[in-house]
Amino acid sequence: MLNDVTFGQYYPTRSFVHNMDPRAKLILVIAYIVAIFLADNFFGLAAVILFLLVTVAFARVPLGRVLRSVKMILFLVIFTAVLNLLFYGGESAYEPLVQWWIITITYESIVNMLFLALRLTLLILGTSVLTLTTTPVALTDGLESLLKPLKYIKFPVHELALIMSIALRFIPTLMDETNRIVAAQKARGADFDTGGIVKRAKAMVPVLIPLLVSAFRRAEELGDAMDARCYSGAKGRTKYKKLRFTWRDLVGVLAVAALITGVVLLNVYLGGKFEILSWIIPQ
Amino acid sequence: MRIVAKGLTYTYNPKSPFASQALKGVDLTIEEGEFFGIIGHTGSGKSTFVQHLNALIRVTGGSLQVGEYDLAAKKCRLTELRSKVGMVFQYPEYQLFAETVEKDVAFGLKNFRKDLDEADRSAAVRAALETVGLDYEEVCDKSPFELSGGQKRRVAIAGVIVTRPEVLILDEPAAGLDPLGKAELMQLLHSIHGDWCKTVIIVSHDMDEIAENCTRAAVFSEGKVVLEGTPAEIFRRAHELILLGLDIPVTAKCALMLKERGICLDTDFTCGDFADKVLALWRAKEGGNAQ
Amino acid sequence: MEAVRFENVKYSYDGGESYAVNGVSLSVREGEFLAVLGRNGSGKSTLAKLVNALLVPAEGRVFVEGMDTTDEKLTFEIRKRAGMVFQNPDNQTVASVVEDDVAFGPENIGVPRDEIGRRIDFALNAVGMQAFRDAAPSRLSGGQKQRIAIAGVLAVRPDIMILDESTAMLDPKGRREVMEVVKKLNKEQGMTVILITHFMDEALQAERAVVMHRGEVVMNGTPEEIFARSEELETFGLTLPRAALVCKRLRAGGMPVAEAFTAEELAEAICASLQRD
Repeated sequence: MLNDVTFGQYYPTRSFVHNMDPRAKLILVIAYIVAIFLADNFFGLAAVILFLLVTVAFARVPLGRVLRSVKMILFLVIFTAVLNLLFYGGESAYEPLVQWWIITITYESIVNMLFLALRLTLLILGTSVLTLTTTPVALTDGLESLLKPLKYIKFPVHELALIMSIALRFIPTLMDETNRIVAAQKARGADFDTGGIVKRAKAMVPVLIPLLVSAFRRAEELGDAMDARCYSGAKGRTKYKKLRFTWRDLVGVLAVAALITGVVLLNVYLGGKFEILSWIIPQ
Repeated sequence: MRIVAKGLTYTYNPKSPFASQALKGVDLTIEEGEFFGIIGHTGSGKSTFVQHLNALIRVTGGSLQVGEYDLAAKKCRLTELRSKVGMVFQYPEYQLFAETVEKDVAFGLKNFRKDLDEADRSAAVRAALETVGLDYEEVCDKSPFELSGGQKRRVAIAGVIVTRPEVLILDEPAAGLDPLGKAELMQLLHSIHGDWCKTVIIVSHDMDEIAENCTRAAVFSEGKVVLEGTPAEIFRRAHELILLGLDIPVTAKCALMLKERGICLDTDFTCGDFADKVLALWRAKEGGNAQ
Repeated sequence: MEAVRFENVKYSYDGGESYAVNGVSLSVREGEFLAVLGRNGSGKSTLAKLVNALLVPAEGRVFVEGMDTTDEKLTFEIRKRAGMVFQNPDNQTVASVVEDDVAFGPENIGVPRDEIGRRIDFALNAVGMQAFRDAAPSRLSGGQKQRIAIAGVLAVRPDIMILDESTAMLDPKGRREVMEVVKKLNKEQGMTVILITHFMDEALQAERAVVMHRGEVVMNGTPEEIFARSEELETFGLTLPRAALVCKRLRAGGMPVAEAFTAEELAEAICASLQRD
């Protein structure tokens, strides 16, 4: 019995951040990412961390839930970090720490690695705050609304949004169905848990085919049901739900604006990311 | 195989905000040889319970013994158990997948009975298809997706009974069928039960179906067994079923109304017996009048 | 006035090799509650889809409030007048929130925003689902999902509602819920209802029933008239409601009971027969 809540990572609760307009949240996340990339030194990133912690507090999502999103792509973070550590080609003001074959590790490459890893982590944490506090449906609505200007260049915004929201609507249904089929085939002795990768992939055939057949059947019925309810494309269509900006969104905008200003100021007054070395390492 | 559940509990999504307890201590014994009915609302825990019986859901609380198998034990020969406890899910036709009917029906056989050769397998498939009333020669090379709805369901059932399970569980086997299709299906289950399948368990919403077909039944509500007994015993307590928001057979409804008017019937609530008992009353009265 | 009229309608899925609907002439009165009975594959679902132009006849004509369904210019208007609820409660919701789903129809026909809000209130009220306005359809029971589907149709404000085996996948409670709503709509709002079903007890609640067999209408009359011809009914693969079955056995045993189709009628009949001196 899987249900819709297990899909995506939306954390259902009521909070300041949950109640913000999805469009505002989408734009603010982009601004937040800009802030991360504007930051030139660790103080800037510290400001970002501070901002993030405050946001999480306002979102009333347990910090553990937010951090869990990093776990999923921890490998990617480590991988990029290690690459950067080993192959950082920048200038160095100090003696290299390791020099072997094509690999050079310097103080700078360590700093660079830490900086990058931190950036990447903050990026993921920020976007996961968005997905934790916004339902996939609201996100789709927000995207549709933001992309609306594109319809003047014949980009099918409405159709895409409808496809996405129907897909979202059917994910729980198809998950239930998958579970049922898996159980039914297990009852007929199917074994999904042992053997090599080829054997396991093969074992999925009796699940995937019925699932596909069923998805097509559902699509056909849904098409009929939509026709019967007078669906005929975007033309002449009205929209019931209108997104509304509220004071919360204004607060959000101000907070992110403050963050960006702060980051820029810290860049100006406290220099680049390697400055920190000159404070730690005596020359 | 005797089925004994004691204090069986189960929770979906444990330790999460979405935790929901589906079974809250189920005690139930199903003897070998029964044609057992399981009744209850959607969400009463009945589906969760039957999925425990062939370890599709593993026991997490309480105990469950199916024949010689202790399902609460960590090590349990699952494959062997599942070959002996067959399970037909709701709308089983939606699980067909192979390119031919023959291959689809043979799927379980290939998984469970690796010792069989091609000829034995083919013979078993033929027997299963004939049991469900399909002509082997006619359908074996067809794609299961070409068949009619009723035929698909028969093929799906053949795919489960092909291994001749000792216990056969069916979840709403007649759902979506027309009246004649329903009657044919129940007939089929009785003939399997009479032939080689020791225990048949059906989960059903249709109280008339339970009254007409089952030797015993259990009523699930909110994760527990609240009533258990022969259909006669259960439907004699029709008031309780109504309070639970469940249906009762037409015969039980009628008996209740007759009772209100002072006419008591000692019936098992099958149509035949109900009519016989009413006729007996009427004959007694006619006899009295004649004197 | 006639709500729907079939004039010698034929329809084939395979280009004329066999006809799913084969020469049906039928007329449905405005405000009538018609049940269409028949075995699986008897053509009753095809008949349903011919009403709101999801299918158009290969031969013959279907008129909905006088509008010919073969005229493509009228399709939209016909679908506004004749709403349809399908069998599978999972395959007709488009949105992940109840009110958004109910809004889908009105949005499609260009109803202004404020009016959509009022229509959602009206429709959810009519099916008794006001409390679930913000719920996710996937978490509702089958009966509730079908009531939402009915609300989605009602929000378009049709005069005719076709239910294509809409209770087949529901449990008894869900079926009762849906039937209650349908009966209420028919009685209180004069909605023309065409109910496709193979539950005999549901057919009993209709004013008139037709039986389909191999694409043809083979019986037509009040449910009582149809069930009175039980032998004929059986040749079309249908059975009597259980109460009528008991009644038949009692009569076969020589007991003079009045005709009964429901438990209430049966109890009444038995009582009358037993307590008569």
